[in-house]
Amino acid sequence: MSSVVFREIESRGKGYYGILAALGVVILAGLAAAYNMETRGHIITGMNQQIVWGLPHVFAVFMIVAASGALNVASIGSVFGKSMYKPLAPLSGLLAIALLVGGLTVLMLDLGRPDRIVTVAMTHFNFSSIFALNVFLYTGFMTIVAIYLWTMMERRMNPFTKAAGVAAFIWRLLLTTGTGSIFGFLVARQLYDSALLAPTFIVMSFAYGLAIFILVLMAAYNWTGREIGDVIMMRLKKLLAIFIAAMLYFVAVYHVTNIYYAERRAVEAWLLLHGGIQTELFWIGQILVGSILPLVILFHPKWGKSRAMIASACGLVIVGGLIQMYVTIIGGQAYPLVLFPGMKESSTFYDGVVHPYYPSGYELFLGLGGVAIALFIVAVGIKVLRFLPESLEDHVVRAHHGEGH
Amino acid sequence: MSEVNKERRQLLGAGAAVASLVVAPGVFLVTAGKGRADEEAGEAGPQWGKVRWGMLVDTAKCSSGCTQCVSACDKENHLSGETLPTSSQWIRKMELTDRETGKSYSLPMMCQHCDNAPCVDVCPTGASFKRWDGIVSVDRHLCIGCRYCLMACPYKARSFVHHPVTDQNPDVPRGQGCAESCDFCKHRIDEGQIPACVEACGSTGGGALLFGDLNDPKSEISQRVATIATLQVRADLGTEPAVRYEGIL
Ligand code: SF4
Ligand code: SF4
Repeated sequence: MSSVVFREIESRGKGYYGILAALGVVILAGLAAAYNMETRGHIITGMNQQIVWGLPHVFAVFMIVAASGALNVASIGSVFGKSMYKPLAPLSGLLAIALLVGGLTVLMLDLGRPDRIVTVAMTHFNFSSIFALNVFLYTGFMTIVAIYLWTMMERRMNPFTKAAGVAAFIWRLLLTTGTGSIFGFLVARQLYDSALLAPTFIVMSFAYGLAIFILVLMAAYNWTGREIGDVIMMRLKKLLAIFIAAMLYFVAVYHVTNIYYAERRAVEAWLLLHGGIQTELFWIGQILVGSILPLVILFHPKWGKSRAMIASACGLVIVGGLIQMYVTIIGGQAYPLVLFPGMKESSTFYDGVVHPYYPSGYELFLGLGGVAIALFIVAVGIKVLRFLPESLEDHVVRAHHGEGH
Repeated sequence: MSEVNKERRQLLGAGAAVASLVVAPGVFLVTAGKGRADEEAGEAGPQWGKVRWGMLVDTAKCSSGCTQCVSACDKENHLSGETLPTSSQWIRKMELTDRETGKSYSLPMMCQHCDNAPCVDVCPTGASFKRWDGIVSVDRHLCIGCRYCLMACPYKARSFVHHPVTDQNPDVPRGQGCAESCDFCKHRIDEGQIPACVEACGSTGGGALLFGDLNDPKSEISQRVATIATLQVRADLGTEPAVRYEGIL
């Protein structure tokens, strides 16, 4: 890594601290929301006995999935030996840890009894629960990525980067599989009972993580007046396009295979055709905004070269990703459980009807607070440590690339 | 389907074992769900699996207007009886209509006390557990309110306590922010009584509920399920419920 100089970002006075302050405010709003939810109970949220996981889970699962995806850039560099990506690896690792911390914070603050995280959740484990396993997958991920970062940033440790990178890569696959399996094991919920859910989550994590990575990279370089050359930008862009296309493919296969199961045809018809808000969110949000539009932008001969348009494409992927999580998590619960196939069901407990969900401001702020925590960690990280190469201009990247490995 | 699920569960168990070996060497401060339940059995005396409490619902005797079981449950366990989207409901009356023939049924639905209980499998802390006598319930001191069990239960039998709890039955501790569900009135069973719903159905209802030990071949319930056709709801999922329904096949 001799030709690439890493440097902490220079404080740009007001601008930088302004961002930190703004993020701080959102974090405080999130904590205030969590405090209210804990003291007054989930009754103040829009969740109920039908929609038991709400908006906080949408944000949390999105961030956790994106976390493992954000690590891809580093993996491509160290695991697959593409040296062009190596200068980006430290930021990629930092982003992965930050997103995971943000997501987990939301997940924990959304518990009915967050006061029991230390007293119970960390001392009592039921190892047949994917949730309990995830506690280890998540802490393990953070540890391994931290070690990986250390091997990259500490010259003496450089020889171990590859090994740490491979470990981190394998661990990230486990982690996303674990997250996807949270839903995959809910056999009674027709939209979740699919072995395809875990691999689909992995592909989604590639796209979401990279979109966030590109945006953060562009923002950090913009604000500090550093340069990203076309070579690296076009590489990242192409990679993102491939991930989005793969994601679309997996989503299509998932729904088509579901339609083959006679018993799942009703739920698929509901989601894809007449599910009201969920159908609209799926087609307009997840498919059009989150996949098709970004693909068009990235492949467009002119737009695909504009930095602003590439940034918008990344933004769309992120918005589409959040909507996809909404459809997966809320939509999967909104459709009623089928207890007696072939029967029309009704009861005082809302059997047989599609369940509405009106998220509250508390849930929204808790979710946004988690996002702010992740961004705050990144902002502080690149300031105090040398995560970002001083320059990613073409000649620097080429020189480094040419040097090979 | 049931086989698939069993396999899945076994795989999950194996995966869990491997992961716990790999991931947490030396971190065995662990209390697994089953171990705890065994301990309880130790205190209570009888061994694991000797008794399996179960219920048989005769849908022919259960009528659509009757809610005696529900009222009795609310009274016994000090539930509000409200039916808001956020209210806890441990037992509910379901009305069914066959989409093809138009025949309708009415029946109570509550925790089915599954032998392979998804709610127990997914619970991260072991708060959701199966007792030595097959009763599934939530230890409200271990529940962190993650609501994974509500997501996993195929029968929508679990509730999450949204509303503040007041006026509790000391025998049935509840807690805001925790999950809960029908526990066959285990506090009554431990005193030799039958669940409140079964009692109420027998006295003022249609007498549609039969309660007893499925593992005792001489019990009335065992003899009935051995001779007539009964249905386990969503048997395809392999959960092996202890509640069975007759007259609806
Ligand atoms: S019915 Fe639901 S709550 Fe009761 S044991 Fe089965 S999975 Fe658990
Ligand atoms: S809500 Fe409570 S009982 Fe249910 S899975 Fe979570 S910790 Fe276990």
